[in-house]
Parts: sequence; structure tokens; C-alpha cells
Amino acid sequence: MNQLLTDTLNIAPIAGTIVLSLIVIMINALKKKPFQAEYWVSVLGIAANIALAVWTFPVRGTAFEGMVLTGGFASLTSVIFLVSAGITIILSRDYIEKIGLAHGEFYHLILMATVGMMTFAAGTDLVVTFIGLELMSVSLYALAGFSRRVAKANEAALKYFLLGAFASGFFLYGIALIYGMTGSTNLLVIAQNIAAYKAEPLFLVGAGLLLVGFAFKVGAVPFHMWVPDVYEGSPTMVSAFMSTGAKASAFAALLLVFTATFDFDHASMNTVLAILAVASMLVGNIVAIAQSNVKRMLAYSSIAHAGYMLIGITAGGEVSMAGVLFYLISYVFTNLGAFGIISMIENAEQQGTDLENFRGLYYRRPLHAVLMGVFMFSLIGIPPLAGFFGKYYIFIAAIEKGYTWLTIVGVVTSMISVYYYLRVVVLMFFQTSEETTRPAVAIDGTVALLISAFGVLIVGLFPSIVLDWMGGLF
Amino acid sequence: MFITGVVGVLTRRNAIIIFMCIELMLNSVNLTFVAFSSYLGNEAGQMFVFFVMAVAAAEAAVGLAIVIALFRNRQTVNINEVNVLKW
Repeated sequence: MNQLLTDTLNIAPIAGTIVLSLIVIMINALKKKPFQAEYWVSVLGIAANIALAVWTFPVRGTAFEGMVLTGGFASLTSVIFLVSAGITIILSRDYIEKIGLAHGEFYHLILMATVGMMTFAAGTDLVVTFIGLELMSVSLYALAGFSRRVAKANEAALKYFLLGAFASGFFLYGIALIYGMTGSTNLLVIAQNIAAYKAEPLFLVGAGLLLVGFAFKVGAVPFHMWVPDVYEGSPTMVSAFMSTGAKASAFAALLLVFTATFDFDHASMNTVLAILAVASMLVGNIVAIAQSNVKRMLAYSSIAHAGYMLIGITAGGEVSMAGVLFYLISYVFTNLGAFGIISMIENAEQQGTDLENFRGLYYRRPLHAVLMGVFMFSLIGIPPLAGFFGKYYIFIAAIEKGYTWLTIVGVVTSMISVYYYLRVVVLMFFQTSEETTRPAVAIDGTVALLISAFGVLIVGLFPSIVLDWMGGLF
Repeated sequence: MFITGVVGVLTRRNAIIIFMCIELMLNSVNLTFVAFSSYLGNEAGQMFVFFVMAVAAAEAAVGLAIVIALFRNRQTVNINEVNVLKW
């Protein structure tokens, strides 16, 4: 009994978010008239859970007999997902009212997906990893189709669901084969004798299938076909949440399973990872140039960013793990901000996210245009901003491990990406349009955007703060 | 059985049949787990099967709801006709 209590306290951020999401759905079920109680409870609850995650940071170890990771890595990733969920919720309040979907279930689903993400990234048993993955995915399927009268959203949800469930099938079959080889689903047990399994064909096939499942979830080429459609069709803030939280949790779990447990120095597996990385960077960046819809452009850009992070996974080792985590933090702030601004530009019919709509934004909404500029520069990776140091640490780690050629591909494709990110900036600042309606912006949403921009700046100007925090992580 | 499911997903054009093929894949996973479990003489695999079944049921609920929402809007579940989004 005592052990149970200690374990529950050690996974306080996960337990706290479960309670919070249940409170939110109960408020939604019991209240009589429309009132924004769910919104405020969610925001305050998430702030409390972030505090819990920071509080559990020093308790490094595992809980529930080696099922879940506590403290350290788990706390850090929990903070990333909670911040992502918090900013998404704040930016969503105005947005879901605008598109006529102001239902309390929206917040509940976001919180449930967050629980899934935290479990996914903290599971040290493949059962827990799988449950976390599914909890996250099922909530996101529902969120993707949340505007159920819009054909575009239906289609996005259907594609996301079918391909996501398909990917889960591969993921599970991989787990089954690894279980058959090792006799256990626990990563800690597997890690003990990993050297003996690494060369076994059955284990390699299992790990390969597991990797296919992960590649689907992070949206790496050639498993990226769903990404642009789903990001474009879903409500914008849901896309924001998918591209930050869901992607971050898939990468965190990938780090835990592949880098920390399997620790592949096996040439064939690293070649596969390198091919995924190169293909994602090339396809993502080059196809993004051809896009006229900013949401779709950001979807391709997110494929490209998955490619950069896969460089870190390919290189392996502690330096790259820290690099990938750093990249995730900078990417979460940047992308949430960028999608947040799109959600404000968008009109009530969920249209108006084309490049044209950004023309001359500076003359209509100066503050928001400047913020969008900051996010775009961070996505390119211009020095004082977070995006630069994310790329920098991953590339450094890759060069250390002898993957210079991967780094060269990364730098060249970043150069290509300058074109399509800067196009948005040029349109906003240096061109004028006849359009005079100023997009409506909410105060709390603007505050959330400022927090994101502040995060981008702080992480970029003082990367040592984040790195120190990650210092004793592994 | 897994291969049958994969081929089914890739070749069939009806969303419901694709979904059934995915279920087929999950069931083949279950069989694999049970087979390995009895071969290795440990029960972890059988426990996993229960989790897979529970998750598959939850996924079916959300998935069929999505298909129904789509059908109400478009009167079709053929994925070749579902093509608003293109690059």
C-alpha cells in the first residue's frame, strides 16, 4: 500500500493530468449553461501539473516494478508536453469559438492525449509504451475529426485513423517479435542482455517493424503521406498540438527504446535510420517550396524537422540524446507559435490560410507579424533563436560520431528551407494588399504567443540553462 | 495472417474493409503473442493480448464514429472518392 502511494507520487505529473482531465469532463457533463469553466480549470491544472513535474525531477528511477520511468527524463518530457498542451488550450479558446466548436470535450481530449504522450515517453515496459501511444493516438483521431460537419476534417480524421491504426499494427508486431526473442517486454530486462540479441535476425526484424511504427508517428519519409493531409484538414490548433506534442512524444519514446535500450551500433539499422533522415529532409524541404497553403507548408516543414532529429537518433549516444531533446524544446515553442498565428488569421469557415492571406499582415497586425517573423526565423535556424542551437547541437553530435555527410545534407537542406520561410516574412512586411480587415485576435491567445516567442528567445539566448537542466539526465 | 492484413489495407478501397484488415493484423499479433508465450512458458505475452484487445475495441469505437461522420457528409466510404486534400 505504501509502495503504491510512493509510486503514484513519483509519477505525479501523469496521475495529476489524469485527474485533471476527469475533472474537466465532469464539469462539462454537469454544468447547466455555457461557461468557460473547463478552460480555466484546464489552464490552472496544467500549470499545477508543470509544478508537479518539476517537483518530481530529482526522483530518478522507475515506479510500479520497472514499468514507468520517474523523474529526470520523464519529468523533462512531461514539462514539454504540458507546456505544449497549455499553449494549445490557451490559443484554442478563441479559435474553437470562432469555428463554432466550443465544446468542453475539446479540452478533455487534449488533456487525455497529453496523458498518453507522457506515458508513451516514460514507459519502460513496451506494454506501457503501447498503451501510451494508443491513448495519445485515439484522442488525436477524435480531435482531428472534431469539426465533424466539415468534409476536410472528416477526411483528415479518416486518413489519420486508418494510417495510424495500420502503423500500430506494425508497432505491435515488432513488439511481439522482440518478446519472442527476449522473453520479456520490459526494456530494463531487455537492456541487460542486449548484446546477445543484437545480431539475431528475429530481433532485428522486430526492431525494424517497431521503427516503421515510430516512423509513421514522427512523420518521416516514406511514411509521411498522412502528415500534410491531416495537418491541413484538422482544426489548426489540433494540427499545432499534433506537430509539437505528438511528434515530441514519439521522438522521446524513440530515444528511450532505440538509443537508450537497443543502443544500436549495428550498421544496417543505422543505415536505415540515415536513409529515413535524408529522405525526410529532402522531401520535406523541397516539396514545401511548392505549397501555397501555409498550414500545408508547415506540415512539410515538420517532416523536414523530423529528418533533422533523426540525424541525432542515427548518431546515438548521450550528446545526441541531449541534442534531440533540446531540438524538441525549441521546436515545440516555435511551431506552436507559428500555428497559433495561423489560427488567428483563419476565418470561421476554416479557410484563409493561404500565403495570400499573409500579404501585408504587418500593416494590419504589426505585433503578430513580428511574432510570426520570429517563429519563421527560428524554424530556419538563425543564430540568436532557439532553432539555431537545436540544429547546432544535433549537427555537432553527428560530426563527433563520424556522420559528417549527414550533417552536410542537413545544412544544405536548411539552406533550401530559407526560401519558403522567408517568403512568408517578405509577404508580411514588404508587400501591401487591398485587404483591410484586421484579423480578430484574443488577448489570452496573444499572451500565449508572447510566451512562445519568449521561450524561443530564452532557449536561444541562454541554451546553457536548458542544457544544465538536462545535464544529469542520463 | 499479418501479411493478408497488410495486403488488404493496401489494396482494398472501402474504408470499412480496410479497417477490418487492420483488425486482422492486430489479431495476428495476438496469435503471435500467445504462441510465443506458450513456447517460452511465461505469461507476459498473454497479458499483452488483453491490452491489445482492449485498445482495439477503443480504436474501433473512435474509428467507426469517424467513418459515420464521413458517410453523413459525403454518402460514401470509398477512399478513392475521399479526395478533397491533395498536394
